[in-house]
Amino acid sequence: MDIVKLIPSKVPELYLETEHISPDVFAGKTAQQIGELHVHMGNQTYKLSDYFTIEGKGGATAADTKIVIAGDVSKVKYIGMKMTAGEVEVLGNADMYVGAWMAGGKLLVKGSVDSFAGIAMTGGELVIEGNAKNYIGAAYRGDWRGMQGGKLVVKGNVGSDVGSNINGGTIEIGGNADVHLATHAEGGKIIVGGVAKGRVGGQMVKGEIYVLGGVERMMPSYKYDHDEEVELNGKKMNFQVYYGDLGERHGKRKGEIVYGKIFIATGAAEAESEGKTEARAERRAKLNEKQVAQMAEAFKTNAEPSVQEVRTYIYDTFGFDLKPMQVSRLIDSMKR
Amino acid sequence: MSKTITDVICPFCGTLCDDLIVTTDDDGKKILSVDNACAIGAEKFLHSSDHAHRVTRPRKMQEDGSYKEISYDEAIEHTAQILVKAKKPLMYGWSSTSCEAQSVGHEIAELCGAIVDNTAAVCHGTTLIAVQNVGIPSCTLGEVKNRADRVVFWGCNPAHAHPRHMSRYSIFPRGYFTGKGHKQRKIIVVDPRPTDTSSLADVHLQVEQGYDYELLQALRAAVRGEPLMGDVIAGVPKEKVYEAADMLKSGRFGVIFFGMGVTQSLGKDHNIDAAICLTKDLNDYTKFSIIAMRGHYNVTGSGQVLGWQFGFPYSVDLSRGFARYNPGETGSIEVLKRQEADAVFVLGSDPGAHFPMRCVKEIARLPSVAIDPHITPTTEICDVHVPVAFVGVEVGGNCYRMDNVPIESRKVVEPPEGMMTDQEFLSAVLKRVEELKAN
Amino acid sequence: MSEYIIKNGTVYDPKTSVKGEAKDICIKDGKIVDKVSSKAKSIDAKGKTVMAGAVEVHAHVAGPKVNEGRNYRPEDKLFSYKPTGKNTRMSGGFSIPTTFKTGYEYAKMGYTTVMEAAMPPLYARHVHEEIKDTPIVDEAAFPVFGNNWFVFEYLKNNEMDNVMAYISWLLRTTKGYAIKIVNPGGSEAWGWGENCNTIHDPVPYFDITPAEIMKGLLTANEKLGLPHSIHVHTNNLGNPGNYETTLDTFKLSQGIKPTNKFGREQVLHHTHVQFHSYGGDSWANFESKAKDVMDYVNANKNMTIDLGCVTLDETTTMTADGPFEHHLTTLNHLKWANVDVELETSSGIVPYVYDPNIKVCAIQWAIGLELALYAKDPMRTFVTTDHPNAGPFTRYPRIFKWLMSDKSRQDMLKGFKNSDKVIAATTLASLDREISLYELAQMTRAGPAKSLGLGHMFGGLDKGMDADVVIYDFDEAKNKDPEQIEKAFSAAEYVFKSGTLVVDHGEIVNNGNKRTLWVDAKVPENTQVERDVQMKFLKYYSVNLNNYEVSDHYVPNPYVIEVDSN
Repeated sequence: MDIVKLIPSKVPELYLETEHISPDVFAGKTAQQIGELHVHMGNQTYKLSDYFTIEGKGGATAADTKIVIAGDVSKVKYIGMKMTAGEVEVLGNADMYVGAWMAGGKLLVKGSVDSFAGIAMTGGELVIEGNAKNYIGAAYRGDWRGMQGGKLVVKGNVGSDVGSNINGGTIEIGGNADVHLATHAEGGKIIVGGVAKGRVGGQMVKGEIYVLGGVERMMPSYKYDHDEEVELNGKKMNFQVYYGDLGERHGKRKGEIVYGKIFIATGAAEAESEGKTEARAERRAKLNEKQVAQMAEAFKTNAEPSVQEVRTYIYDTFGFDLKPMQVSRLIDSMKR
Repeated sequence: MSKTITDVICPFCGTLCDDLIVTTDDDGKKILSVDNACAIGAEKFLHSSDHAHRVTRPRKMQEDGSYKEISYDEAIEHTAQILVKAKKPLMYGWSSTSCEAQSVGHEIAELCGAIVDNTAAVCHGTTLIAVQNVGIPSCTLGEVKNRADRVVFWGCNPAHAHPRHMSRYSIFPRGYFTGKGHKQRKIIVVDPRPTDTSSLADVHLQVEQGYDYELLQALRAAVRGEPLMGDVIAGVPKEKVYEAADMLKSGRFGVIFFGMGVTQSLGKDHNIDAAICLTKDLNDYTKFSIIAMRGHYNVTGSGQVLGWQFGFPYSVDLSRGFARYNPGETGSIEVLKRQEADAVFVLGSDPGAHFPMRCVKEIARLPSVAIDPHITPTTEICDVHVPVAFVGVEVGGNCYRMDNVPIESRKVVEPPEGMMTDQEFLSAVLKRVEELKAN
Repeated sequence: MSEYIIKNGTVYDPKTSVKGEAKDICIKDGKIVDKVSSKAKSIDAKGKTVMAGAVEVHAHVAGPKVNEGRNYRPEDKLFSYKPTGKNTRMSGGFSIPTTFKTGYEYAKMGYTTVMEAAMPPLYARHVHEEIKDTPIVDEAAFPVFGNNWFVFEYLKNNEMDNVMAYISWLLRTTKGYAIKIVNPGGSEAWGWGENCNTIHDPVPYFDITPAEIMKGLLTANEKLGLPHSIHVHTNNLGNPGNYETTLDTFKLSQGIKPTNKFGREQVLHHTHVQFHSYGGDSWANFESKAKDVMDYVNANKNMTIDLGCVTLDETTTMTADGPFEHHLTTLNHLKWANVDVELETSSGIVPYVYDPNIKVCAIQWAIGLELALYAKDPMRTFVTTDHPNAGPFTRYPRIFKWLMSDKSRQDMLKGFKNSDKVIAATTLASLDREISLYELAQMTRAGPAKSLGLGHMFGGLDKGMDADVVIYDFDEAKNKDPEQIEKAFSAAEYVFKSGTLVVDHGEIVNNGNKRTLWVDAKVPENTQVERDVQMKFLKYYSVNLNNYEVSDHYVPNPYVIEVDSN
């Protein structure tokens, strides 16, 4: 296997994007030729060599090509986009769209990634050792065909909207998952090692979701069906199996309805406890009495402070981002 | 003496009432009174007429934070320069101007490789995402007036935000098949709080805040005759959920109106997605539609013009020379938060008041310009403020109502002496940008 | 203005009966002329095909449902977007192109006039805003009348003068061109979730039948003497066995003679007939009835049709047949958008994947082609895909290939997964007719122009006609490769629109000065209709009457066709 090493040499002023960091594009090219490939920052076009030092050369084919990005690329988008074979290794963090539309090969990120990694994946193996943000392994906007195949692994935590519209393939999350996991799923398999926050399998038609750490709040449209022992990654575990989403359409096979299935590891029962759950609405920041007094003092010479002035003061002083309506009410109460 | 102008369109909210009667002085310079408008609409007309308090010329921020008046030519030069120099300018707003002006703005954006975004980014953009996922069974507001006997207000409070909506379309009017008006309509309001709108409801479901998605899926299951788990679902007793499902199915024409209560609360587009799926399911039993309560009077128009010119309704990234779209990456909030833009152009909206503070700070930091008839929190953080004539008052132009019906707004009075319109200003900027790009 | 002489091209012009002969075509001041001066720019067209600009008789390219389609399908733009060019705006969208792309792509194929097939009157201003932003091609739009409350009332009461006055008023108010009828009565029934599946099902509450609606509007159209005939999408679209509804519809026009001063010879144009030529009674025994349908069309010269050929692509269906779209989403579960329009119509949108490996899709593909191959009169049979319903209009060159090459059809048939079943349910395998280039010119130029009442202006190369001229790098006599047909007709070498060179070797070199055509039919003053209109706006519409009309600045370059129907 021929290795191409990309060493980040300059931090981009904005964000770089390029469809060219992929074994399919690097194959058959020398370091010089790879350096000439285009990267974009907003409406400007540059060369890969403007931002990376390039060593080595591409293999004869994509399958013979390995790319190692030796550094932080947290401001570079689309690494490994559409790759069909070969390997890519990122020895740092990366931005959005890592492995987007990936069809084959192996992509490893030793750090964390932003959102949209592995969208519309059809094959290959994408592994992220750190955390990932939102829409991991999801479909592109509007497309009912999400991930079709391949394996997507995030060892850390993931954000929301993971696996939306998944049709096939496997997503494995080592840590926790935020809301809206596998929304509109029509196939595929998702395993969550930690806790899933909620709205798991919302509007799911078909598919399997395993949550080992439990779900904080199950959808009311799922019904408990039975207990089952399943072997996952070589380990046998007991699960409570829920069928649903009962608000969604389902197909039939041999006269039986084929539901989506959520497997909750027994022992990790619904993590919600009655009465203690916070209202899910955005935790509205509120000033305590001392802060309100401090603010009143700061504005005592200003009879008619604008919402903007007060909002900025609160943000700069206390670090709270209050909504204009809240600030407006605070001003009214301050006047009184 | 005075002049009376009828059939005037109100340029404030998405209800886009077109039956206003405006009386002006004989010169056509001052508005004396406005009939039929709600308080907010009337205020817009009357307030605009107070030229003494209008900013009539562009202003530029000085080193000490004060503003100095500059000419329109200087403002045009400033705007063209910051847009042409930028690698990724953000052109935001558009919701309070005409389609004709929006179209010129888009030409500038295409030439400069900018991101074009409108207020849907903080409002009904999530609705647009949901529609992209599951479609939307809908109808015009006249259909509601003529046929509806089941009306649901989910996460919206028209009594406050769209004051004449209920009397013109959704609760009180007597239409062709609805001669008994509100007496033959059943109103369901879904809102965690009691509101002025819920006080008119036959059924008020006080959903647990942040659990609308769960309630919607439960309703879908109930509509399908499926069992539900638990006695209380998202704050609503199970029996009430079944009752609501039956009430919806038993009507002959239902409609769901929804607003920020669900577009911007947890789940955002998923909430709307589920509401649309519920509407679609109900069409297996009766006739049902769903309509978004759009806020600004022409945010819908911005989405339409962006749609036919670029193929996407908001958060459109033109920086690569061809249009791309992905809210979460190309939307104004994240672009500003991640510091991905290097110039900001705002027209016809007020992000300074509504965006998260981090984004507001970013607008203040970057080379910027704000085009707005008023002084607003946005104009006070931008380098240059360019005042323009009020669309729908001082200059006409096409607008689109919340149900996508296009209505042409009119000019009823003259703008202050020497003031440009959005379209004139943008055309001048476009010309200058073309000159700069040619060199 | 510029003079051009196109020398030695192989001209195919049904208007002047030139059937593939070498002939010079002269252009001056935007028109075809007999001769030009020595200052004329000369284009050597030896060995190349020369035709008039093509005329699109039915496509959904401008308006609210088209735009809803664009906005709700971001995935339709992935990976195929073209950047801003020297004379072009950026352009994208595979099945639902942006307005700029629409103009450019039609022009590049040599299409110079496009008819927007369905305009909901309440949204007319939107349609015109999009038409304004569609470069190069002249356009017109057809307002829909078949589910209109005024039309129901007047026809039910046999008030022909009133319906004529209303039609005249609506065409003027919306700057419309012709009477379009979609799923008559059924789209109003859809306001209650119902439909009219045969032409005799009465509309709920209004108690008029689709047959009465169509017959009434046909009569009104002839009395008004409009340039085009009624343009019909009848009931029961898309359902197995629907060919009977189609024949019932056709028979409404039987024996009726056209009345007009535009050279139009039909009283009924039925659109996308492929969707209406189905036999069997379920998807299992679904089969082609193209022959039965064409037997009638061939025997009745007062009818024209367009094909609605399936291209076997992933595309987007969109139509004013609201109930049909709901039916479609229950079949394929894909995202469904719907808009019911007060007092006027309904519409729906659903993406659709015409998979060649699905038997039904392959049969649909065959039916569209069979209709053309059975046609005895190419002047009455026009090529369309009901864009984007059966496929994007950019696939027209591929349809031309299939029509002109039996081999290409047989290869397709053999390549289908369910080849045997498809062949058994259709007759395409046994049809070896190959449409000639002259017949193609009839089906895409002269025929559509004539049916629209525009045969004096478009679709031909006669002296005095608009200089819409196209040169293709294609030699019918020498060509042996069907793929060359698709290649040549996808990218014309030269396209002239109104005498201006707009396309040069596949590049847009000029955006021209497109016009919007609309019809001003003058009728006697009718105070009854005026009062009815005022009353309905006051009581039932959600906009004021004075805000309904499309003002002139939305139609910046109008071409008004006046008709004196007094």
